[in-house]
Amino acid sequence: MTNLISVRGLRVTGRRADGGDVPIVRDVSLEARQGEVLALVGESGSGKTTIALALMGHARAGCGISGGEIEVAGHRVDRLDAAGLRAFRGRTISYVAQNAGSAFNPALTLHRQVIEPALTHWVLPRREAERRAVELFRAMALPHPETIGARYPHQLSGGQLQRLMAAMALITEPEVVVFDEPTTALDVTTQIEVLEAFRAVLAHRGITGVYVTHDLAVVAQVADRAVVLRHGAVCESDATAMVLERPRTAYARQLVEACHLPVRPARPAAAPADGAAAEPVLTVSDVIVGYGRVDARGLPARRILDGIDLSVPQGRILGIIGESGCGKSTLARTIAGLQPPAAGTLRFRGDILAGGVGHRTPEQRRRLQIVAQNADLVLNPAWTVGAILERVLEFFHGLRGVAARAEALRLLDLVHLPHALFDRRPMELSGGQKQRVNFARALAARPDLVLCDEITAALDPVVAAAILELMSELQATLGLSCVFITHDLHALRAVCDRVAVLLGGHVVEQCEAASLMDGAHHPYTQLLVSSVPEMRAGWLDEVAARRRATTPGPVPPAADGGCPFTPRCGLRVEGVCDRVPPPIINSPDGQRIACHLPPDELPVLPRT
Amino acid sequence: MSAVGAFLSRGGRHGAMFAARLAPGPRRALGLLAVWFVIAFAGPLLAPHAPGEIVDRDVFAGVSLHHWLGTDYLGRDLGSRLLWGVRYTVLICTLSTLLSCCCGIVLGIAATATSVWVERVLGRLMDGLLSIPSLLFALLVIAAAGESIPALILTMGVIYMPGSYRTSRALALRIARADYVTAALARGEGRAFVILREILPNMTGPLLSDIGLRFVYAVLLLSNLSFLGLGVQPPLVDLGSLVRENVLGLAYGAPAVVVPTLVLALLTVGINLALDGRRP
Ligand code: SF4
Repeated sequence: MTNLISVRGLRVTGRRADGGDVPIVRDVSLEARQGEVLALVGESGSGKTTIALALMGHARAGCGISGGEIEVAGHRVDRLDAAGLRAFRGRTISYVAQNAGSAFNPALTLHRQVIEPALTHWVLPRREAERRAVELFRAMALPHPETIGARYPHQLSGGQLQRLMAAMALITEPEVVVFDEPTTALDVTTQIEVLEAFRAVLAHRGITGVYVTHDLAVVAQVADRAVVLRHGAVCESDATAMVLERPRTAYARQLVEACHLPVRPARPAAAPADGAAAEPVLTVSDVIVGYGRVDARGLPARRILDGIDLSVPQGRILGIIGESGCGKSTLARTIAGLQPPAAGTLRFRGDILAGGVGHRTPEQRRRLQIVAQNADLVLNPAWTVGAILERVLEFFHGLRGVAARAEALRLLDLVHLPHALFDRRPMELSGGQKQRVNFARALAARPDLVLCDEITAALDPVVAAAILELMSELQATLGLSCVFITHDLHALRAVCDRVAVLLGGHVVEQCEAASLMDGAHHPYTQLLVSSVPEMRAGWLDEVAARRRATTPGPVPPAADGGCPFTPRCGLRVEGVCDRVPPPIINSPDGQRIACHLPPDELPVLPRT
Repeated sequence: MSAVGAFLSRGGRHGAMFAARLAPGPRRALGLLAVWFVIAFAGPLLAPHAPGEIVDRDVFAGVSLHHWLGTDYLGRDLGSRLLWGVRYTVLICTLSTLLSCCCGIVLGIAATATSVWVERVLGRLMDGLLSIPSLLFALLVIAAAGESIPALILTMGVIYMPGSYRTSRALALRIARADYVTAALARGEGRAFVILREILPNMTGPLLSDIGLRFVYAVLLLSNLSFLGLGVQPPLVDLGSLVRENVLGLAYGAPAVVVPTLVLALLTVGINLALDGRRP
């Protein structure tokens, strides 16, 4: 069979401000047969999106395709003129972007937008197009396929929009569909549904797919062939199974390894030296945070956090995991004193911690430091790295001049950064380096407790793995206590001792990190854990099959006070779960589960 | 400028480093302004004649070896008068721009950093000022207060303050929400520190562009006023009054009216282009 896509010696160059050319993609050759899914894998800056766009004859502003042949479904894309490209795009090849939320026009109904490509390309009359759209909605397993098109983008969830966008891409029955990180912005539980829908539709219609991603576990599920890219050149190209199981190049091996983070061994709680019961560093009790109208007891109508109870033992790392919107960032802000709670108390080493940072003592502010997610925004671009560190040293410890400089350099050593960075500004650093500086700044205060909010979310896997390693190392050498907030289960297991699972502003389960993957768990924990893609083919089928077996019935009308997981829970007890707040079951090994089910009926995770 | 730079970012330590970090637009504009300053200060010292001295019987004379740019409507040396004119235009506009921008920036930051009430009151006040046509306002004030250079500077300073206030308020508002400001607040830094060290250094680039633009507006307004006879009064000259007094020369195509116009265009368009980031 001939290749539907074949690229030979592709070169894409960008133009610098001073007029020089920078190669972005160098001498890339790849091919895909009819009906195959080809994955382009790489970190940010590897040129994977650039190549995918080049397949559509597009180059980003300031860049240009400067050499090579691109042939897609019999069209020489590099030779097409503007009119030819217009006819080609959307008709022969179409594109699914990473963020469907911003790709749809919020002012138009989805139906109009989804059938638009069919109308512009004169493929189908309007009525036919509408019929096909409904068919595609059904194939994508969207709820209410007949009527969903009449809605507006803001009324749907991210996962649904992503599938609608795929429907839009498929409406002209193109031969090739380019998926550009379509599930990266989604939660793992949603990602499964979306991946499954994509895969089913592609296979059913024999469409050739190009799938751009940085996530090897996703590649294992969807792709037949994988091309690993690095610095704009092909590093390795082979069948997916070969790349994942027997990577030949060092870089591919590194990528694969970054997906297998070592799991932190279980550690017994540090025995208190003086025999007294060790006091937790931080205790959060019954904390409520929200907005909206305030009732008679001073509690807000809409709650972001509702009755949070947590504690961080001395010298341990507490992981907080949850999907977007579960309130984990609000929790971080509350602990940091940036969002005072409406009710509940925070205690730091036994002393009450005021809700607002302005009311805390300088000593408390020093001992509780936060490392925030986005190092780009957290480091003042006008300051040098040295000045950033020295300021904290001066502020908290009164160090100046030579002493401050020496201490700042020691901090750079601590986070494994070269001294040469001392006089650089954040803009000149890489993402991983910025995150290390961010860490060093927190350490400069010599804190007891470090609050890490999604510190690896914006980083590439290899860099993130190194940051996690650094974090474990620092925690061990300095004896820090940490709160580690994340949505990434791998990261969580790599560094945490204890885990709290957050859902809809409630802590639904707390347990030791080591026991997270086996034993009985809260149904939501089970869903979360089983949704993290594994790097082996066939995983998606297994999970999907299991899911279909336990689909919950129709969602009961929302009621106040019930379990936050009720709408999605396959084990719920009708009439109870949606009304009565679940009791907390304490088990002897320190596990706390908030669920109506008796302990022996809780779902059990298979040991992996 | 380097002193301001050093003050704004002690992290940058040296003014030179500060200048090197600026975007090319403001940097080029600063360079261009520096050239005009040299002309404004040194020009009159090099002028071959006093500005009021009548040197020739021939009015509206063309270019000659004695009078490089010809003579004006009274037979005075246009080159000398032009050098004096540049001095007054550049200095008056610089002072009024500094006045308006200093007040605007201080108030703009104050509006974001203090209470909501300060912001509301200031906002209404500035919107009110902004709604008065600038030329009309200037005519009114000068008619009431009399024509003097301090009055001119003050009026133009007031006219351009609301714009500067708005720009700096918008900039400060955006930066005040940045995570590094949050980090500083979480550390317990004082308000002055946060404003001077965290917010201001990140505003300098856009602010300098804004100041440059306001300078250009000021030049145009001053020239307008002088053209109407309400600006700089004889025997002093500025570029606008040069154009006005020689406007009869237009019929003869005399350099006396063409050259000041060209210089005016060179001053305003040049800075504008430099700021725009195109090569002037
Ligand atoms: S309380 Fe009910 S709905 Fe909630 S997790 Fe348990 S069984 Fe499911």
